[in-house]
Amino acid sequence: MLQLAHINKIYGKRKALNDINIQFPDHETTVIVGPSGSGKSTLLRSLNLLERPESGLYSFDQQTIDFSQPIAEKEVLQLRRKTGMVFQSFNLFPHLTVLKNVTEAPIHVLHQDKATAEKTARQLLQQVGLDQKANQYPMELSGGQQQRVAIARALAMQPEYMFFDEPTSALDPELEAEVLRVLLNLAKQHNSMIVVTHNMEFAKGVADQIVFLEEGRILFCGSPQEFFSEPTQRIHDFLSAMSFTS
Amino acid sequence: MTSQTWHLILTSLPPIIKASVTYTIPLTLISFTLGLLLALLTAMVRLSPMRGPFQIVRGLFWVYVWIFRSTPLLVQLFIVFFGLPNIGVQFSPWIAAIITFTLNVGAYSSETIRAAILSIPNGQWEAAYTLGMTRPQVLFRIVLPQAARVSLPPLSNSFIGLVKDTSLASSITIVEMFMVGQQIAAKTYEPLLLYSLVAFVYLIICTVLTILQSYLEKWTSRYIQTGNN
Repeated sequence: MLQLAHINKIYGKRKALNDINIQFPDHETTVIVGPSGSGKSTLLRSLNLLERPESGLYSFDQQTIDFSQPIAEKEVLQLRRKTGMVFQSFNLFPHLTVLKNVTEAPIHVLHQDKATAEKTARQLLQQVGLDQKANQYPMELSGGQQQRVAIARALAMQPEYMFFDEPTSALDPELEAEVLRVLLNLAKQHNSMIVVTHNMEFAKGVADQIVFLEEGRILFCGSPQEFFSEPTQRIHDFLSAMSFTS
Repeated sequence: MTSQTWHLILTSLPPIIKASVTYTIPLTLISFTLGLLLALLTAMVRLSPMRGPFQIVRGLFWVYVWIFRSTPLLVQLFIVFFGLPNIGVQFSPWIAAIITFTLNVGAYSSETIRAAILSIPNGQWEAAYTLGMTRPQVLFRIVLPQAARVSLPPLSNSFIGLVKDTSLASSITIVEMFMVGQQIAAKTYEPLLLYSLVAFVYLIICTVLTILQSYLEKWTSRYIQTGNN
């Protein structure tokens, strides 16, 4: 179980996160939606400490982090070991082949031997449909393929939680679909996932819990059924603005 | 050309080439290797996010780069070799030359390396951090291999520059290529011929390095897609 209490993050004068209180249940998929600049990415990036909120408590299983105190390097590494992240811009390591992108951290962080790491990596690449591309460099792949490698790279660390930060926002619709299918499969296998997305169809299909964020505040947290029944005027307006039908 | 001229060329070339092999080339290789290590250390210290007392160390490295980039190499050589004995610090010409060239290369190249590290997108750091890597791991395994590609052309510039700058070592009594040419010119009254010969040997050495550079550039860019797409 992953839990945030009274999280505040300030950029200059703007409150990017304003008293966030939320739980992310294990083995479920939470989808975070909201307009641009609402703090979705900041919230997600706080969960693996790429962002440091000014105050609030963050507990991950037995580990608790108080953001108002300095955080020890050991704590940071321990927390990141339990989480995996997929970025909007893929961020594959361009100087390493697809296979080495996936084995890099298992070998040098988990100290797996090369053979074991490569075996796991090939299985994961097969799972995302890219075992044929193992020896190519990232720049030789399409955006959708790169993102699927990035998913395999994160999974190779066997994280307890997977975070996806707008994983398909940089992709064409066709390539978006191939990445979303991978995510859908992961969700079906009851992985613990948190996904930031603008794709409402996908959110509807994959989410166990939906969080609606605006101006750094949680305006809604509940089931997708409830969310898409448009319980408030603001959610109605948001969903209307996201679709073409009036 | 007269046979006398040919004779002079053929008798002068061996000592000039010998001086390049015994002084110019080793002096360049040793100083550049040490200089690169110093440059890497300097760049890392200056980019380190550490606070507290460490900021004093960072300040010292800044002062070092500032001084060596803002004074002429020849003056630096004279201070180390002729100046320091006044306060009881005496070096042989070789050591004085290596120290000065190393410090000089270190200062310039640290800026090259610093810029190359900064040119690697922040997303690379973040992706590596989320995989659980420590800062040194990210630096040495992810960022520096990519920064090496970026810094190769400007570092090659510094390397080729150093080959030629070693001629300044003649002023602190090292009998390198230029000094040998000077000595023969003084005996034969043929300065045009002798200095041209010396220039020619520098040209050959630097041409070899230029070819080497283009191979290295191809090798370090092997993961980059080229062409118009």
